[in-house]
Amino acid sequence: MSGQSITRIQTTVLTPGSASAELLVLDEALSFWGGFDPVNGTILDRHHSQAGRSVSGRIIVMPSSRGSAGTPAGVAESIRLNTGPVAIILRHRDINIAIGAMVANELYGTSVPVLTAGEIEYQQLIDGLHAEIATDGTVQITG
Amino acid sequence: MHLELTDKDQALLDGDDGPLGRFAMNIVVRAAGIAGAPWLADVSFAHIDACHYYGTAHLDFVRRFAEASARFPVPVWTNTIPVSLRRPENRADAGARFNEEAREVARLYGEIGCRPVWTCAPYQIPGGPGFGDQIIGSESNAVAYYNSVVGARTNKYGDFLDVCAAYVGRVPFSGLHTDEGRRATVEFDLTGLPEEVRRTEMFCHVLGHLVGAHAGSRVPLITGLPDDTPKDSLKGISAAVAASGGVAMFHAVGVTPEAPDRQAALQGRDADEIIVVSPDMVRASWQSLSPASDGPLDMVALGTPHFSVSEFERLARLVDGRAVHPDVTFYVSTSRFVEQIAKEKGFLRPIAEAGIDVLVDTCTYFSPAVRNCRGRVMTNSAKWAYYAPGMLSVEVVFGSMEDCVLSATTGEVRRETATAPGKFWDV
Repeated sequence: MSGQSITRIQTTVLTPGSASAELLVLDEALSFWGGFDPVNGTILDRHHSQAGRSVSGRIIVMPSSRGSAGTPAGVAESIRLNTGPVAIILRHRDINIAIGAMVANELYGTSVPVLTAGEIEYQQLIDGLHAEIATDGTVQITG
Repeated sequence: MHLELTDKDQALLDGDDGPLGRFAMNIVVRAAGIAGAPWLADVSFAHIDACHYYGTAHLDFVRRFAEASARFPVPVWTNTIPVSLRRPENRADAGARFNEEAREVARLYGEIGCRPVWTCAPYQIPGGPGFGDQIIGSESNAVAYYNSVVGARTNKYGDFLDVCAAYVGRVPFSGLHTDEGRRATVEFDLTGLPEEVRRTEMFCHVLGHLVGAHAGSRVPLITGLPDDTPKDSLKGISAAVAASGGVAMFHAVGVTPEAPDRQAALQGRDADEIIVVSPDMVRASWQSLSPASDGPLDMVALGTPHFSVSEFERLARLVDGRAVHPDVTFYVSTSRFVEQIAKEKGFLRPIAEAGIDVLVDTCTYFSPAVRNCRGRVMTNSAKWAYYAPGMLSVEVVFGSMEDCVLSATTGEVRRETATAPGKFWDV
């Protein structure tokens, strides 16, 4: 297709899986417990600049999660309900997000990959572009 | 970093103990990989948050353990839950399924051998961990209190990892489990503030809010806190630093056990940053916690984190013979354990007679009366003041316990004991 470019970046896999969806780049960290409604997949945190937006079916790109102990449960519950993101790409390593996805995989058999990207690679993840994630952590971005 | 596992760790990972052991160890090993831990350490205690129901995933998770008749190798105590088990009507607003599943999650954690204390302040109950013990903590204020005030060692473990780590009795040896991870790197100097202010509980809450906001996830060192700062004030600091920031441990020179002096907390090195706390910084921190204007009061919320026996004693003395104004709802959250002791000591009677409602197992964030409350709420807790405006449709006034009681009895916000004009907090 004319006018489209493809960029390929390598990320580090925290929780393995594959996905293909539109990127939703969050300007700031999101708390999956308290700041997010797993029933409909929207951002609740009224202090968040993207409050009200839905993360359902998207690949979320964000720096890290915000730290409630309930974070893994929020991630797992949204995966259970199919309201959550199909993948999460983080700038910083985040145990809570990774564990939430791992537990959901164990309980429900759904793989939601969780990846971390280096600073340069992270900049390639632009809101609205389409991305395909392979199990080895390669991300192909089209746009 | 390569993770070195013992034969026993490896056997669990290989499934020698069955699928549950493999699952739990797999989770712990993955966490260790992300944390960059070189090996796993034994723990002697856990305080878990996964009992705090949020959705069906919580129930499906604990069922795995219950179906395998799981037992923990260490004592496991439970955090607050979103319902009060004693008062089934407590969360009628949330619907039948929510209530049934939340209660079932609680029942199952009891069934697999957890001690059902249902409290965010487990450190108020005897028999918990001591200085130097490696433990699993989850609730943010309890993590900060155990690390800072007790000297036990834990990172903040999220839901599921807390239970998996407790099940295998092992944690990634990293962060606050290590000596290096406990070194203070940012110092807050209070010595320029009036000593009579530093001695107040309200100051400690405001200080915690200020320190958390500046320190982020670093380990702060506080210099200038009085040596005899009471445990209730240290609880307030622990809750506030973890709410406004990601602080999981603080040192206070001459107060907390790993800070007999500055050099001990800094481990012989210099702080990366020293913040000299001015009166204006303290007042600005207080104002950010207390955005509501004065006026008629709808509710008072005390007990975040859970009220202690000594706080009940103070409250009983403050309310003695007075009554809460009919337009005001007054809640105190606590644990069953502390409630029982307060009852035996005779503190609950004057509190009940004044019209104050004591709620156990849960927090006022999750109470229907609070949920329905649309108005001005006063609290003595920086943590409550920080979270409530986001979780509930309320306006918050933050003040001392004395001012909370005075305001509750008069029906309008009063700032007379700590915040009267002409005093330190006057702005």
